[in-house]
Amino acid sequence: MALLSKSSKAAVSDPLMSNNPISLQVLGICSALAVTTKLDIAFVMTLAVIAVLCISNTVISLLRNMIPSKVRIIVQLSVIASMVILTDLILQAYMYDISKQLTVFVSLIITNCIIMGRAEAFAMQNGPWKSFLDGLGNGLGYGIILIAVAFFRELLGSGTIYGYKVVPEALYAAGYENMGLMVLSPGAFIILGLIVWAQRILGNVEEE
Amino acid sequence: MHSNKYTIIFTMLITMVLAFVLSSVYSSLEEQTERNFKADIKKNILSSLGFAPDENTVWNTEDVEAIFKNSVISFVIDKNGDIVEGMLPEDIDPKIDNEVYPIYKKMTNDKVEGFAIPISGKGLWGTMYGYFAIEPDGATAKGITFYKHVETPGLGAEVDKPWFQQNYIGKKFVDENGVLIGIQTVKGKVDESSDEAYHQVDGISGATITSRGLNTFLLKDLKTYNPYLAQIRKNFNS
Repeated sequence: MALLSKSSKAAVSDPLMSNNPISLQVLGICSALAVTTKLDIAFVMTLAVIAVLCISNTVISLLRNMIPSKVRIIVQLSVIASMVILTDLILQAYMYDISKQLTVFVSLIITNCIIMGRAEAFAMQNGPWKSFLDGLGNGLGYGIILIAVAFFRELLGSGTIYGYKVVPEALYAAGYENMGLMVLSPGAFIILGLIVWAQRILGNVEEE
Repeated sequence: MHSNKYTIIFTMLITMVLAFVLSSVYSSLEEQTERNFKADIKKNILSSLGFAPDENTVWNTEDVEAIFKNSVISFVIDKNGDIVEGMLPEDIDPKIDNEVYPIYKKMTNDKVEGFAIPISGKGLWGTMYGYFAIEPDGATAKGITFYKHVETPGLGAEVDKPWFQQNYIGKKFVDENGVLIGIQTVKGKVDESSDEAYHQVDGISGATITSRGLNTFLLKDLKTYNPYLAQIRKNFNS
């Protein structure tokens, strides 16, 4: 048996483009706006979300036949919340500077609709391995958009990429200025809007 | 359909398991987190005093602790500006000790190179915390840093950007008669030809309230330390 059957592959690859959680389902916008001013922050946030999604999806899938349906949402939420707190503790211990910049947004992964959505819509019906892949795919799909938004915001707003200066001094001397708007949330809205628009045109997405 | 009894037992069990996992991870990481927190404060004291890591290197917790140990002497003063013997800044318990204030002194080969004092006060959205460093003359700013604030990114949050902080270096917060006047941010750029330029720095456009708050609490905190700084100025000039 292949490690990745066709449907497992789809679980990972679909959320990357054709069913992206941010640009198509428009979930998890809040953090996509908040933590995308710099690439390194967006990158760590992506890793944190992927970790939480994979673990919570797997755990919930393992428990799916035991979870009483009356209290399933609250059980899912406590699993998710525990994983998020765990991630936050690990970041504080080993990546203190970045966790300081991420501030409340790590804890707010708890309320990220993507995670709750995947737990309820996928992990409750599918086996642990597939749920893990689904978590990985959705986390990556979330991350791609986050990193794309952060790339443009950092480049236009601060003139750097991953902390390295890329806009030459000569350009500043000639009167170029960093775009202050890109550092603020409206800048993220504009870029996100453009990404959603571009994807809908290129991907021939049909409005339902 | 599960019975009520099953539901109750299941939720209790899962809560216990999760709580156990979280508390054991928390207690095993607590020490490291605490160390990071303390090192971060030390890092701010160091950078206000003009220490900086070499280009393209990053200080880790051990580096910060080593530099701090080698080049910084910390002590505590009372409201009259006298050193409180046998007390360190770590010993201050804000709940019981009032009117004692920490100072960090930068030393290079037994020569005093500057002092750092904590500053804090209201910005626009919340309290801002930082350090303000003073040259050995007790009257000139050596640096300023902020390690915790919730100001608007791009506007008030510019206080933690180098361009703004470098403004302060070399400015005087005492006038020629020895009266404490603080350092004020102005609207736009400082007019260098003005008589007031020695205690003024370029303001942040769009952050009037943050700047006003900063001016106020900087002066307030300098006043607290003024008895000690006055002694420093007297000894320095004589």
